[in-house]
Amino acid sequence: MSVFAALNGRARWLLALFVASLALAPVAADRYILSVLILIFYFAYLGQAWNIMMGFAGQLSLGHSLYVGLGAYVAAALWTKFGVGPWAGMFAGMAVAMAFGAAIGWLGFRFGIAGVYFALLTIAFAEFTRIAFDHMDWTGRAGGLFLPVRAEQAHQWWNLRGGPLLFYYLALALMLGALWLCAALRAARIGHYWLAVREDEAAARALGIDVFAVKMKAVLISSAMASVGGTFYAFYYNNLFPAQIFDMSRSIEMILAPIVGGLGTLIGPILGAFILTPLGEGLIAATEEAGLSAPGTKAVFYGLALMAIVWVAPSGVWPWLRRKLGLETP
Amino acid sequence: MSRFLEVAHVTKRFRGLTAVDDVSFGLEKGAIYAIIGPNGAGKTTLFNLLAGVYAPDAGHIAFEGTPIAGLAPEKICQAGIARTFQIVRPFPGLSVLENAKIGALLRHRDPADAEQAAGETLRRLDLWDKRRQLAASLTLPDRKRLEMARALATEPKLLLLDEVMAGLRPTETDRIVAILKALAAESGLTVLLIEHVMRAVMALAERILVLHHGAAIAEGEPTAVVRDPLVLECYLGAEALE
Ligand SMILES: Nc1ncnc2c1ncn2[C@@H]1O[C@H](COP(=O)(O)OP(=O)(O)OP(=O)(O)O)[C@@H](O)[C@H]1O
Ligand SMILES: [Mg+2]
Repeated sequence: MSVFAALNGRARWLLALFVASLALAPVAADRYILSVLILIFYFAYLGQAWNIMMGFAGQLSLGHSLYVGLGAYVAAALWTKFGVGPWAGMFAGMAVAMAFGAAIGWLGFRFGIAGVYFALLTIAFAEFTRIAFDHMDWTGRAGGLFLPVRAEQAHQWWNLRGGPLLFYYLALALMLGALWLCAALRAARIGHYWLAVREDEAAARALGIDVFAVKMKAVLISSAMASVGGTFYAFYYNNLFPAQIFDMSRSIEMILAPIVGGLGTLIGPILGAFILTPLGEGLIAATEEAGLSAPGTKAVFYGLALMAIVWVAPSGVWPWLRRKLGLETP
Repeated sequence: MSRFLEVAHVTKRFRGLTAVDDVSFGLEKGAIYAIIGPNGAGKTTLFNLLAGVYAPDAGHIAFEGTPIAGLAPEKICQAGIARTFQIVRPFPGLSVLENAKIGALLRHRDPADAEQAAGETLRRLDLWDKRRQLAASLTLPDRKRLEMARALATEPKLLLLDEVMAGLRPTETDRIVAILKALAAESGLTVLLIEHVMRAVMALAERILVLHHGAAIAEGEPTAVVRDPLVLECYLGAEALE
């Protein structure tokens, strides 16, 4: 646990309490609550992956749906077409996503495409890939790819076939694993170099830092992590549509939790997901209840809530909350 | 035997303007050298050539016998030349300790070792008490010292200091002079500094190079250089004689 050495005693207790209550939550929670918690963990996990790029290394990606989609499609296609299990599929998806990440990173970082132009590059790759998948017969074109749900496989948990509990603990493990990984990376040499590059590239180079290599490591790790989220998504929902999984709105959805929670922090993506996902779900329920079925009603309220949060805690909820809770390390 | 740093006929042009014009000089190991000259003389541009920000349009630069002209800034730092920026560039969102630690990570790959080394550097530069502050919150004198600490943390053989004393009060200047003297005496560090504060230059430098309109107009021992008629005319003015 040396990666959490920086936490003070109080923070350690809170973290332990948090993990324990989530581990025990299925005892009390019903199916609906579990499904919301799974979504929260999923977005916390993806937020953590994106946060490496933007929060740590300062590179704005607005096309992370690309890596999620590739991780989902590669693993799902290997499973449905060849019966290759999801664990092998996950690594295959990772490899493909990293290859795309490497291509984007190489183009952007080698040719000095920075800031919003880099973001445009990431969007372009995601969009082109969406269009390609829309026309690819092998993965069912725009009509979608479906993972068969068979009764005889229902208990093959090692093949990610199972009920909500399996996916609950899987998603929880993903979220906590990502937290641990990001804490370790942040404390390592590469984590410091990411921050240096984020803060000032010219100053970083003057300190002997190979900025290109440092940024490439960020995009490779981030794309690999995001693709694992995609594999999870595929086996959880059992259906994939290019228009859904590669869509730009997916990339945006993914970045809200770390931004609201606190860019560049370890807890931010988790806290952000715990705020935003229930908020979104609650708004769906509330607007249905109130009979407000006009399209966009939810989006308006969601937008207002986001604005309110950002107004109260402009650098993210976690830095603000950490102060309030007295968790600042001395 | 080749010199520690050898600069031979180096020229750098920006479109029409020749910022550095056929400059040659050399440094011996373990000494303190100064570059002086009026604003716009090309001092910072010469540093940028040494530090790899620009490649010279003509000429050669060799460090410890190896050509370095045109190498990337990170390669030059790895080779043992560290620099500060005239307009300081701390990592504003990081603490003072993290700033220095990032420098120290070049030679200490283990973060714990790097933190230890960074701490020692901060103590040298009287920044230890401020190690937890954000760099953005420091005053200008502190930022200048942080700039030096971060460069020193990379454990260079040659340190390039670009006007680290500009805008400081005399007591602050004396403090930096003392720190630099101690460093050079103890660790055999070679220092090349650009400085307008003549009091500091005279207290520190063993040799001085004077730039004017990009060209080297004088080079030599401080007492000789400040009496050079051309230097007096171009830069120092008559009052420096008194
Ligand atoms: N990147 C650049 N592009 C164009 N011109 C430049 C550039 N950098 C410097 N110059 C010009 O080159 C000349 C030398 O500038 P330099 O910054 O080297 O002077 P300096 O001796 O450091 O001056 P100061 O004492 O004011 O810091 C100036 O005329 C400056 O305007
Ligand atoms: Mg200058």
